[in-house]
Amino acid sequence: MTTKYTKDHEWVRVEGNIATCGITAYAAEQLGDVVFVELPKIGRIVSQGDEIAVVESVKAASDVYAPVSGEVFDVNEALVEAPEGVNEAAETSGWFTKLKLTDPGEVDEMMDRAAYDQYIAGL
Amino acid sequence: MQDASPLLTTPLSHIWQKMGARMVAFAGYFMPVQFIEGVMKEHVWTRNNCGLFDVSHMGPAFLSLADETITGERAHLAISALVEALVPCDVAGLAPGQLRYTTLLNDDGGVLDDLFVGRPADPARQGSLYFVVNAGSKEQDFKRLVDATLGKATLHRLDNDALIAVQGPKAIEVIDILGAGPKNLGFMELMESNSPFGPVVVSRSGYTGEDGFEVLVSACKAEAFVTALLANQHVKAIGLGARDSLRLEAGLCLYGHDLDETISPIEAGLAWTIQKRRREQGSFPGSARILSELSHKPSRKRVGLVPRDKAPARDGTPIHNLSGRQVGHVTSGGFGPTVGSPIAMGYVEIGSSTIGTELDLIVRDQPRRWTVTALPFVPHKYYRKG
Repeated sequence: MTTKYTKDHEWVRVEGNIATCGITAYAAEQLGDVVFVELPKIGRIVSQGDEIAVVESVKAASDVYAPVSGEVFDVNEALVEAPEGVNEAAETSGWFTKLKLTDPGEVDEMMDRAAYDQYIAGL
Repeated sequence: MQDASPLLTTPLSHIWQKMGARMVAFAGYFMPVQFIEGVMKEHVWTRNNCGLFDVSHMGPAFLSLADETITGERAHLAISALVEALVPCDVAGLAPGQLRYTTLLNDDGGVLDDLFVGRPADPARQGSLYFVVNAGSKEQDFKRLVDATLGKATLHRLDNDALIAVQGPKAIEVIDILGAGPKNLGFMELMESNSPFGPVVVSRSGYTGEDGFEVLVSACKAEAFVTALLANQHVKAIGLGARDSLRLEAGLCLYGHDLDETISPIEAGLAWTIQKRRREQGSFPGSARILSELSHKPSRKRVGLVPRDKAPARDGTPIHNLSGRQVGHVTSGGFGPTVGSPIAMGYVEIGSSTIGTELDLIVRDQPRRWTVTALPFVPHKYYRKG
């Protein structure tokens, strides 16, 4: 089980053909207090880079992009009632979506933890 | 977005940066948008304790009668007559040491800026008026004041000094460090005094809905003043992010959002800023429109809105009635930490403005049900004497 990261600060954890996706702790910290999360409908087909969710802080709304292509298989309904879960555990229980991968090769192209840490250190 | 011109700093920008604030460009100034704790905690701290805000980017100034041989009440009436040509406020009727909120108007009665105007308390200072205008409009506002009073008054800008707001229920204890005078001020009263931090202009006012003070202190004393304030356990520095959520909960207008050149004070729900004498006499910019809106109702009105669900609606969100026709739009929207839910203000047609009216706000192409509600969202806690 590996976790990979995008330059838009999403993470993907792949188990079999299912990718669990969320935003990184760095992104959550930058957003500040999350007050609303809008999640996609189950069954929606997305391509890598599509807007898949919206996360809103006190100040502003930000788009979340699909880090990989696939079909929305599950969403984290708990965030609808308790959006602060994103701030509390962005990279574990604060996940957004689970996607059924249509192009597993996309994951290989993404940054690993060390590369992502280096990337955010340079921001 | 990057601007070509370099950012201005306040006398305190470097302190906020050192404290770890997230700094942004705001109205051309390098300002703290939030500190380490973040908007939500800063907001709640201000409502329960005392928040310290650097508002030095704003435009404080004194406008003083050029003819210094005129003194006392006559001097006040003379300077007021000049300023009343620009604002619908009863400036002449200000008591010594009184501050009022008003608007600079264009000839159509649209709001060019919202501002505070105050009359000095000191009998020797009559013929001067204190102004605090918005940062983003201060150059044009000051030019307007200068042009309208050319040869008759002089403008003394003080926007290189530091303007510090302390807001919240503990502000009254905190302001003790200025000496005995300021804590005896009533709401919307001001005084000039000599403090341990040099000469200051202090008013019991603010823009959070809480009791509090705004203190104009010279740039060279700003750091000592702020350091002394922050040494008080009740005080935390608060960024512009929480300043915005606090004023939104208090139902207060933000220029460029809830007020602009097309909006009249009556549409904005600011009829209370136009005192009786000015209504009777008219003769202020746009008075024909404004007096007509006062007697016949305006065609649109600023309202408060609360959602049925949890999705915030931001500035610009279209507002539809339940038949699907657009009746207005949101001008300020966000999350109210004290309310515990999203809140918004916007302008809607008068027929859709009654409290309790259900409306659809179109958030990312999805209609979401909101209800027109009374403003403010959180009751004001201003200090009233007596």
